[in-house]
Amino acid sequence: MIQEKDKNQIANLFKSLENEVKIITFTQEFECQFCRINRELLEEVKALSEKISIETYDFVKDADFAKKYNIDKIPATIITGDNNYGIRYFGVPGGYEFTSLIEDIIDISKRKTLLSQNVLKNLSNVDQPVHIQVLTSPTCPYCAIAVRTAHRFAMENNNIVADMIDLIEFPNLAVKYNVQSYPLIVINEKHFIHGAPSETDFLNEILKAIGKKRL
Amino acid sequence: MEFPGIFFNTSLLAELKTPDQHKIYDMLILGGGPAAMSAAIYAARKMLDIAIITIDFGGQVKETSEVENYLGFQNINANELISRFEEHVKAFNLPVNTGVAIKEIVKEENIFKVLMEDGSSFSGKSIILATGEHHKTLSVPGERELTGKGVSYCSICDAPLYVNKKVIIVGGGNSAFTTGLDLSRGNTEIIIVNLAKGWQADEILIQRLRNYRKVQLLDLHELISVNGKDKVESVTLRNLETNEEKTIQVDGIFIEAGYLPNSDPVKNLVNLNDKGEVIIDCICRTNVPGFFAAGDVTSIPYKQIIISAGEGAKAALSAYDYLNRFLENKNYDTGKR
Repeated sequence: MIQEKDKNQIANLFKSLENEVKIITFTQEFECQFCRINRELLEEVKALSEKISIETYDFVKDADFAKKYNIDKIPATIITGDNNYGIRYFGVPGGYEFTSLIEDIIDISKRKTLLSQNVLKNLSNVDQPVHIQVLTSPTCPYCAIAVRTAHRFAMENNNIVADMIDLIEFPNLAVKYNVQSYPLIVINEKHFIHGAPSETDFLNEILKAIGKKRL
Repeated sequence: MEFPGIFFNTSLLAELKTPDQHKIYDMLILGGGPAAMSAAIYAARKMLDIAIITIDFGGQVKETSEVENYLGFQNINANELISRFEEHVKAFNLPVNTGVAIKEIVKEENIFKVLMEDGSSFSGKSIILATGEHHKTLSVPGERELTGKGVSYCSICDAPLYVNKKVIIVGGGNSAFTTGLDLSRGNTEIIIVNLAKGWQADEILIQRLRNYRKVQLLDLHELISVNGKDKVESVTLRNLETNEEKTIQVDGIFIEAGYLPNSDPVKNLVNLNDKGEVIIDCICRTNVPGFFAAGDVTSIPYKQIIISAGEGAKAALSAYDYLNRFLENKNYDTGKR
């Protein structure tokens, strides 16, 4: 699925991985089209570094485990390190989101993100649970920017869980949230951002959604 | 439904150094499009101490599907072209600050200070502003309220939402027609509306879209309003020849009616023209010594990738001269008259 030249480049990048990264993925016995693609893609990524491990669960048979991780749809993927940071993908991390996946793996292995000190400082004001859903299309370049920022926020703050959701695979959510443009960011089911904001604006919107003072 | 494949941009993954807030760089390059990236390559090859400040890389090119007029490439996927540009820049291992927008640029003594939205700041002896442009809005009733709810400015992002639906595109240039071509892949019914007479796009794009059986071209038509409660339901147009108004049911509207320069952070520092573009001379100098600009944010006409790349190179060389002659010998013609 990944071309040889890309594999070589990723393997090269993965030489800088510092700590273990565990990919937890959910599929089912009779795999849906995208479940199979997702599993195969992740297995190819895993094969590019000894630092990466993968655990595959059955959404039906391992229902308790799925419940523990609040997985309500598949294919689902969680990228973890020594902690579960709340970095999740629903749908295949294909298109532009593949780069997001690789970047998440690198960040988690280093246990740090490139968020600026000022953003990090203000991110600590998020002191209550925040669920970010970034609704994406694989052909949307801005979606990957929004996903990366959301995932970085999740990694740096334990109160935040951030999902990439590919609406090509979950069109029911496009109807539910009346999606007319990509990306659409949903915060705690009630606050919406159209487009990919800068880190500062994104954080301001989160703070606004939880009734905190903006930067 | 098919898996779209992987758009893999290795250069995005290159580990970036972040700029030092306590240091004074020779040059700060502001922006991440072709002008900024070209400037960075030229400046890096002069071994200047530089940093790049940008929200992200790619500029407006990332909103394009394919590029057919960049020298050396008959046809190249825009993502791949950006990837090649980025790879070239990142090979120099320059410090890059991403993700945060620029708030303002001020000059204190001979040093420029770039103040960021998150409260951080960066300093440089010279600046190359290459922040490009953003989509112009039409300020018609309903546009702002329905942005993201059927009003779109990015066809490669949103075209998949309009498969087998009906949309209107406002604009008559290349962006409008490439948007039309993006949408034609989804069997979308398209109406293109242009305020001016005729079409300003390249003839090759016009012909290509005319071959699509579900397109209607309406020049000399003005968009009066975008209508709908929670999403776009219709638009109202005025025929400028007959003054007749009509309302057309559509599912979405793509606005490709031009761009506005991202010059707000320097509006109190350098001279801008009536369009808000930074006024530069033929070697990219502004009225402020040490402050250079390149690409679509400037008064240079014809906003094209190849022109921006050339302007970026020129700005870097011009800034290099400034750093050498002005700072060392104090004998630099600033161009200010």
